[in-house]
Amino acid sequence: MSQAFTKSMARNIFYGGSMFFFLLLLVLTFDTVESLPKTDNRENLTEQVAKGKHVWENNNCIGCHTLMGEGAYFAPELGNVYKRMGNSKEAIIAFIKYRPKNGIPGRRSMPQFNLTDDELDAVAEFLKYVSEINNQNWPPNIQG
Amino acid sequence: MKYTSQMVAKPYFIAAIALFVGQILFGVIMGMQYVVGDFLFPEIPFNVARMVHTNLLIVWLLFGFMGAAYYMVPDEAETELHSPLLAKVMFWIFLAAGVVTILGYLLVPYATLAEITMNDLLPTMGREFLEQPTIIKIGIVVVALAFLFNIGMTILKGRKTVINLVLMIGLVGLAVFFLFAFYNPDNIVLDKMFWWFVVHLWVEGVWELILGSLLAYVLIKTTGVDREVIEKWLYVIIAMALITGLIGTGHHFFWIGTPGYWQWWGSIFSALEPIPFFMMTIFAFNMVNKRRRQHPNKAAVLWALGCSVMAFLGAGVWGFMHTLSFVNYYTHGSQITAAHGHMAFYGAYVMIVLAIISYAMPMLNGRKAANSMKAQIVEMWSFWLMTISMVFITLFLTAAGILQVYLQRMNGDASLPFMVVQDKIEIFYWMREGAGIIFLIGLIVYIASFFVGRDQPEAEMPK
Repeated sequence: MSQAFTKSMARNIFYGGSMFFFLLLLVLTFDTVESLPKTDNRENLTEQVAKGKHVWENNNCIGCHTLMGEGAYFAPELGNVYKRMGNSKEAIIAFIKYRPKNGIPGRRSMPQFNLTDDELDAVAEFLKYVSEINNQNWPPNIQG
Repeated sequence: MKYTSQMVAKPYFIAAIALFVGQILFGVIMGMQYVVGDFLFPEIPFNVARMVHTNLLIVWLLFGFMGAAYYMVPDEAETELHSPLLAKVMFWIFLAAGVVTILGYLLVPYATLAEITMNDLLPTMGREFLEQPTIIKIGIVVVALAFLFNIGMTILKGRKTVINLVLMIGLVGLAVFFLFAFYNPDNIVLDKMFWWFVVHLWVEGVWELILGSLLAYVLIKTTGVDREVIEKWLYVIIAMALITGLIGTGHHFFWIGTPGYWQWWGSIFSALEPIPFFMMTIFAFNMVNKRRRQHPNKAAVLWALGCSVMAFLGAGVWGFMHTLSFVNYYTHGSQITAAHGHMAFYGAYVMIVLAIISYAMPMLNGRKAANSMKAQIVEMWSFWLMTISMVFITLFLTAAGILQVYLQRMNGDASLPFMVVQDKIEIFYWMREGAGIIFLIGLIVYIASFFVGRDQPEAEMPK
């Protein structure tokens, strides 16, 4: 690097630049949090949905699936699974409930989590709720 | 080695390598589960193997960073470490916490683990990479604070160098942003958004400061280039890392329920994120070309150069490939993401830790500057085996990803369901598994390099 460009200039760019863009990130974050009520479907965030999120977390669903594209890529996207299963909570519940304990020979299979009926309903409510979040029309189609 | 307290780095490095082996073993298991779906089912379901794979990666890199700091900071500050005892105690606490966590994942169902660790009191589990029980997360914070205190006191009482300062900023940032791991609201959009304040601001933010600092240190030591020149480069690189990376966070806010304007912010700034990595490559090669002395540890120089190239390819090029929002709309959460993740982590963080281990370990083992030529040759073999196999893992996953995106998302009404597509791209998963096994062989060769040529004299300073 040229001699005219000194170390203290480089240092000032680091401190000034990082500080400026960190503050900008804070401003944008604040604005986003303010405007989330328009997109995040919070009017439908019931207690059962919150419970469903805990079921989702306590069974590490994200270890195989993606949710709005984030997670593991071993099993289907679930952000839109409610719609993919024909807007049916029952279909989701039945799918989770009847997974064979010992899997399917040679195939990927979801474990049997032995959820209670209430937990099943909660997680299905949670997935329904997520499918109704306005996330800029992602995924591109119903296949996720 | 100038200061005896630098010796505390050694157990950290050994633990890092041991956990690295575990990480790769579980990687190979997962690769197998991609093609033989019921492999080890139901004993080790995929999600468990993945938690072990990713958590071991994070933990061993943290061991590597801490070991690197304990080795480098006293040397740079020209003083003994504040408290070697504290460093040793924290080593065992961190190792115990890590081992208990991994055993917890493997031995009991995750829901049971959540229950016995009382996750309901402060639910933080079940989110990608942050799967550790809450009590373990608190333990991580305690270890991090003790570590920062120890390193900070050492820096305060000694010579203040830019390299130490940048490392310190990076490490403080690492600890601060980890605190977002404790924020887990019921609102999934908020949850996801602030989850990235840990994950993105770590790997595309403050970890780059740690990377830059360690790279600069290894280059100063092995090339003898003037400190002023190296420090100037370091400042420019980390400036670019944060200037692009902070707002670059926005490339994770495209499709999670956050406002549409992030498509602009995220695309533009993250498209610039390759710049600091490109500068790192130029920097490393420039310094080695301008070297004032020949260092006998050729392996360490190779790791440092390799790190700069692979970080640019993995984080820079493979990141750029799918970061623009109109591309990411189709590629988001596909095997292309996985391809990028593998090469970026290997290039940027695995290789810098291996570079510093390569540089420091001979001295920690009582050598003057380097291992025997025989050991170095074996180590350089492992470099090429692991690096080339990682290139192929990335290429195969990219091919799988392109096909997946096309068949599943871009094929109009004929777009196919996820599992149907997975079957169609199976051949690439088989090839990825093959490359993964070669990576494992490379890792075994790497470990062998610590045991060969021990009775032989040090490699000579080339004339």
